[in-house]
Amino acid sequence: MSEHHAKPTGITRWLFTTNHKDIGTLYLWFAFIMFFIGGGMAMVIRAELLQPGMQVVDPLFFNTMTTMHGLIMVFGAVMPAMVGFANWMIPMMIGAPDMALPRMNNWSFWILPFAGTMLISTLFMEGGGPAFGWTFYAPLSTTFAPQSTDFFIFAVHLLGFSSIMGAINIIATILNMRAPGMTLMKMPLFVWTWLITAFLLIAVMPVLAGAVTMMLTDRNFGTSFFDAAGGGDPVLFQHVFWFFGHPEVYIMILPAFGIVSHIIPTFARKKLFGYASMVYAVAAIAFLSFIVWAHHMFTVGMPVAGELYFTYATIMIAVPTAVKVFNWTATMWRGSMTFETPMLWAVAFVFLFTIGGFTGLMLGMAPADFQYHDTYFVVAHFHYVLVTGAVFGIIAGAYFWLPKWTGHMYDEKLGKMHFWLSVISVNILFFPQHFLGLAGMPRRIPDYAVQFAEFNFMSSIGGFAFGLSQLLFLYVVIKCIRGGEKATDEVWDNPDGLEWTTPSPAPYHTFETAPEIK
Amino acid sequence: MSTETDSYYLPAPSYWPIIGSIGLFITLFGFASALPGTSDGAMGDMTMVYVGLAIVAVMLFGWFGQVIGESESGKYNAQVDTSFRMGMVWFIFSEVMFFAAFFGVLLYTRQLAVPWLSGEGNNAMTNALLWKGYAGGWPTNGPGSVGGHFEPMSPFGIPLWNTIILLSSGLTVTWAHWGLKNGRRGQLIAGLFLTVALGSLFVSLQAVEYMHAYSEMGLKLNSGIYGSTFFMLTGFHGLHVSIGVIMLLVMLVRAIKGHFTAKNHFAFEAAAWYWHFVDVVWLGLFIFVYWLA
Repeated sequence: MSEHHAKPTGITRWLFTTNHKDIGTLYLWFAFIMFFIGGGMAMVIRAELLQPGMQVVDPLFFNTMTTMHGLIMVFGAVMPAMVGFANWMIPMMIGAPDMALPRMNNWSFWILPFAGTMLISTLFMEGGGPAFGWTFYAPLSTTFAPQSTDFFIFAVHLLGFSSIMGAINIIATILNMRAPGMTLMKMPLFVWTWLITAFLLIAVMPVLAGAVTMMLTDRNFGTSFFDAAGGGDPVLFQHVFWFFGHPEVYIMILPAFGIVSHIIPTFARKKLFGYASMVYAVAAIAFLSFIVWAHHMFTVGMPVAGELYFTYATIMIAVPTAVKVFNWTATMWRGSMTFETPMLWAVAFVFLFTIGGFTGLMLGMAPADFQYHDTYFVVAHFHYVLVTGAVFGIIAGAYFWLPKWTGHMYDEKLGKMHFWLSVISVNILFFPQHFLGLAGMPRRIPDYAVQFAEFNFMSSIGGFAFGLSQLLFLYVVIKCIRGGEKATDEVWDNPDGLEWTTPSPAPYHTFETAPEIK
Repeated sequence: MSTETDSYYLPAPSYWPIIGSIGLFITLFGFASALPGTSDGAMGDMTMVYVGLAIVAVMLFGWFGQVIGESESGKYNAQVDTSFRMGMVWFIFSEVMFFAAFFGVLLYTRQLAVPWLSGEGNNAMTNALLWKGYAGGWPTNGPGSVGGHFEPMSPFGIPLWNTIILLSSGLTVTWAHWGLKNGRRGQLIAGLFLTVALGSLFVSLQAVEYMHAYSEMGLKLNSGIYGSTFFMLTGFHGLHVSIGVIMLLVMLVRAIKGHFTAKNHFAFEAAAWYWHFVDVVWLGLFIFVYWLA
């Protein structure tokens, strides 16, 4: 037998922990805090855009806010939240006692607060923080960037290091730690989506590390990677960045696909429709994500053959994505549906993510993209995918598994209120941005022509309402941790999966002896 | 030594990871503070970097020491061994992708960016208006002749010798592995010693090559895109060879101390895999950086 450890207490429990549940909790709280910091920055952006003219912040700080908002939400909130779910749920879903490499698991997490500190510290440095957008295109991020950019570069290195170690751990856990009888095609979909996500992470985070390293040497040591005078090319930066960046957006959304694929069958009281096709669709999406990157940069002046290729490849993504949306819908078809809070979020996910998918089709066609590029239409598109997609998936999953984590039911009435406030405000926030973009309003600009005033006003009001609604979520989570109706082991009505065979709250160690899977 | 245990080894809480995080943070924060921020400035005070690196070194000694102790006292089973193997394989894959980024940059600049600057494709006017008279070709330091005149590095000479040295070291490490598997410890130690020696020779020759490039050939890191890709690719490779030499050196010390059995020697294999990985990357460098220049 392994050494059996009593549950440690105090601050060292969290600093030194090798327990997947503790580390999952750390990831989730870190993500939650970053969600509010990044959200606060979004409030600054929307306050400035509430009315035409300059009123709240100066333009440089506005650009710093859009940059830091994006970076913090992507690397600080969404990705760590998904890793938190992975830590908590994957060992319980596959019947493993813990993650495969528990000490490295601790390190993956405990790099994050240091990386976050380094990133946020740039705001207080001379010359201000990074203001070149979350995509940090050269030469804005090389020749024309503030001194603090070097700190930003190392923060990205640290974040990448953490992600790669986390991903290695997840792959080793899934491939090596499954209970006897848990074949690959019996694995729950959340496990499948994370296996593929982890592969994407290991494949592209090193490329991002390469991109920021070249930035570093261009800035400090006289290399010419992104400088045409020396034979390099600023457009090359965009190619390298988006070779990372496109798989990155699937890294954020695939685990949400997994979460929703658990929630919908549970509340439709049916088996997931088309399990195998779901797995193949995720794999197909992951494969395609490597060969479509230049659709983010149709307007840089690529050869026509490039424009055509990247258009066709991009539109192909619609096929496996449509398979998934079809399967979720077919799962609900003639189900005995009830709409508890997690289900409300999951259904909203299917609808609203699909809107983001459709606008993605519009943007994926090069001739159409020439009109939409760098307008608010793009902002609307990726916020539908990432807020009403990835973030809604995270919130849905949190409500779904909170009873298993805490042993208490969350407050259903407040949860529903949180949902309705969020789903209404988020559409007031982002839907008008489609119209702004189609009418020609550029992104990343603190002021605008008066013709855009009404839709911006609506969008800002929606933004403040959406931001405030999330405080209610914080309250619901804290209330659920501190008490509430006792959760049963199954929590929901006959749900599928090993995690529901454990007590609620799940004990510190689960499945020390592997369960038998039939 | 190692005996099969029936359940997965779950390590006790550990303070090494947080020490590693602190060390990394101090190193990188110090480095960013010392950087000039412009390509013609000088480096600032590096004290913080050395302090941080010392902390990381202590962490590596402590952490790996603990894992070696657990392994030698038989706490691991076959499943734990598989986890370690998977960890190493996927780590090497991440390293492959890191180098792929730089090889991709070399390919893109040679095949697309430089020809376009010289007016190929539909870029005739760009060339005429912005870079008149620039004819492209490889090696180049661009239309601005950034870094001044330079000579490209010839593949025949030190690079060819280094290819022979590194390929031979791949053979010696395999010979050492055979010794370990057949219980011939002398062969293991001799093979590892030869590998470490060849690896060190490789790094030393590369240092000579760099000094020659800087002092005689005018070839520097800032010699336009040729200098950038040449030094970044060979430099990161050299760094990885150095890490590989350190790993193999640790294996040599452990072999002398009597660690490893014919069946149980994952650490040795991990170091050997890593060594083969730097070997393969070198072949790519020799072909695409040196030879096809």
